[in-house]
Amino acid sequence: MASFDELDFKLRVFMKLYRYRRYDSTPHTPLRLSLSDCRVALVTTAGFHTPEDIPFDDHFKGGDYSYREIPNSADIRTLEIAHRSTAYDQSGLESDPNLAFPLERFHELEDEGVIGSLNARHFSFMGSVTAPGRLIKRSAPAVAQHLKEDGVDAVFLAPI
Amino acid sequence: MCNQSVGLIQRAIEDIGISTVSITLVKSITERVNPPRALSVPYRFGYPLGEPNNPALQRKIIQAALDLFRDEQTPPVIKDWDATA
Repeated sequence: MASFDELDFKLRVFMKLYRYRRYDSTPHTPLRLSLSDCRVALVTTAGFHTPEDIPFDDHFKGGDYSYREIPNSADIRTLEIAHRSTAYDQSGLESDPNLAFPLERFHELEDEGVIGSLNARHFSFMGSVTAPGRLIKRSAPAVAQHLKEDGVDAVFLAPI
Repeated sequence: MCNQSVGLIQRAIEDIGISTVSITLVKSITERVNPPRALSVPYRFGYPLGEPNNPALQRKIIQAALDLFRDEQTPPVIKDWDATA
């Protein structure tokens, strides 16, 4: 597991004092289909965006809660990263975006019939959002709505 | 922050009626946010699927996460990744 000891002192203090959201209940939608019949989409919070897209805003107070679409046909090696956090070593992601956005792995799973198909688009957030109110009220439900309209059955999410 | 954000996004997607599974690097944060399914991995920040350019390892972790869709336990299901499995 990642340890806060990896972080610099100021960040460690912030993380220690930060009040993470707490929920007592868990939403639950059982997967009714076999994975091999499912349409699957990916969500990452690594801050990836296509070269044509606008980068996430580093200076947004409380963290940029917006999202970017990444087409299923994208070459992930061309994606750019706009993540404001200095808390982690970005070199792994630069060397292999699959580390937090495993689109190539999921193309393999699709080719092998493990999953039914991949959705035409996937979604990227910049996960360093310290004031998540608008993420909870606006952008996360907006992405959920897009995925529903696309007929997605299952979603795989990865942080960094 | 990223691990909280993933859990919050995951909750919204599951809420609308789509099944979800996530990877977490900080189990204690994910347990607070309480998403339905998460695989806790023993890697550092920036490395949720273990190692860059190691497709075999990445596939094993993804498969373990996808297996949580079939877990008999009622969500929340937050399990530790067993690298030896």
